[in-house]
Amino acid sequence: MKIKTPITDDVIKTLRAGNIVYITGTIFTGRDQAHKRMVETLEKEGELPHSLRGEIIYYVGPTPAKENRPIGSCGPTSSYRMDAYAKPLLAYGLKVMIGKGDRSDAFIKEMIKYQGVYLQAVGGAGALLSRKVKKSEVVLYEDLGAEAIYKLEVEDFPAIVTYDIYGGNMIVDEVKKYQTIKVD
Amino acid sequence: MRNVDVRLITETVKELALDANSNIGKSFIDKLREALKKEKSEIGKNVIEQIIENDEIALENNEPMCQDTGLVVVFVELGYDVHLNGDLYDAINQGVREAYEAGLLRKSVAKHPISRGNTGDNTPAIIHVKLVPGDQIRILLAPKGGGSENMSLVKMLVPSDGIEGIKKLVLHTIFYAGGKPCPPLVVGIGLGGNLEKSALLAKEAIMRDLDDINPDPILRKLEEDLLSDINELGVGPMGFGGSTTALAVKINSYPCHIASLPVAINLQCHASRHKEKTI
Repeated sequence: MKIKTPITDDVIKTLRAGNIVYITGTIFTGRDQAHKRMVETLEKEGELPHSLRGEIIYYVGPTPAKENRPIGSCGPTSSYRMDAYAKPLLAYGLKVMIGKGDRSDAFIKEMIKYQGVYLQAVGGAGALLSRKVKKSEVVLYEDLGAEAIYKLEVEDFPAIVTYDIYGGNMIVDEVKKYQTIKVD
Repeated sequence: MRNVDVRLITETVKELALDANSNIGKSFIDKLREALKKEKSEIGKNVIEQIIENDEIALENNEPMCQDTGLVVVFVELGYDVHLNGDLYDAINQGVREAYEAGLLRKSVAKHPISRGNTGDNTPAIIHVKLVPGDQIRILLAPKGGGSENMSLVKMLVPSDGIEGIKKLVLHTIFYAGGKPCPPLVVGIGLGGNLEKSALLAKEAIMRDLDDINPDPILRKLEEDLLSDINELGVGPMGFGGSTTALAVKINSYPCHIASLPVAINLQCHASRHKEKTI
């Protein structure tokens, strides 16, 4: 299904684990070091220099852009590294996170509490995903280089709903279908 | 004695780093196409299709297939009869520096493990040098991504753990890594040696030709059994579920202490990038 940003609470209620979505609109990038700074700033000041309330964060650190291109290669990075920072950001008002891989049970609990949603894009498809980005500009922490927060304008950015507000978990559901060997 | 200008080393490293990041190679794409035919999950198929399309875009446009252009690992086999007119390590790092600047590749090296920061030029590379007979230099270079490296490990098993202990450890590691190391994977396993030797064996294993045949019959059977078992875990392409979790398992071994059974597992993501050249 196609969705436009901002993703309102009404839209979040319609998203179910396993849905494939194509996002058009504004998303923000951020990974390890930017998360560390955002959480430190929120602890001290309760607000960020650029509001991310109701917004989408995409966990990515792109390669430098070629001339005449908005961005370089830009696939998702592993999300579990941001689990440690998720609670204060969800409490602040962040709504949607896009990354890759599974996340901790503690994260899922907080995400549901704050009615957020977690999506995955295809890891390692950075060249392909860069075609979905039409514009990019740094909005925060420029000194972090590839780890700075960029505002991206995307068109039909593909992602799969992984954890929804109802406790749906696409990873558990799908893996179960094909797993024939159990591990401890 | 053959005199070699270190600038030749720098140029070769630069060429290999640029090529590795944008050109995964036809044989790897063929492996992905084979996997696509066999994949049972529709979502899994869609993921493999996106990976193939991505790798083709990267090759056509000479741009990095993945934004994680890696920490550079370089294996050098240096002939005894080569004389270099400068420092080998400096020459390699200079090649990395030039490639990452010219190729608009991401600088992914933190200055310090605790205070972080960034070295700004993707150096230093991790360099392994082996002395060999002759007057040639073989350079094998791999930009290694952080996602799959983070899911890798060394575990000191004991002899009584045996083959079953090894299998259990590998399956457990890959199942719980899920999508984080970006499957479909190439699984490199180092058996024996000691702590650091096993890790090096595992790293060398992921550089092997995917179609080569292990000359050791015990290891060959273990490679086949593990590949089959790994693909029954259900993890699938990018951990989205499916029957393609690994494309190959490669095991290298070495004698070890009578008390030990070191096992290293080095996971390689589907952006399996390594290139080599002999000069």
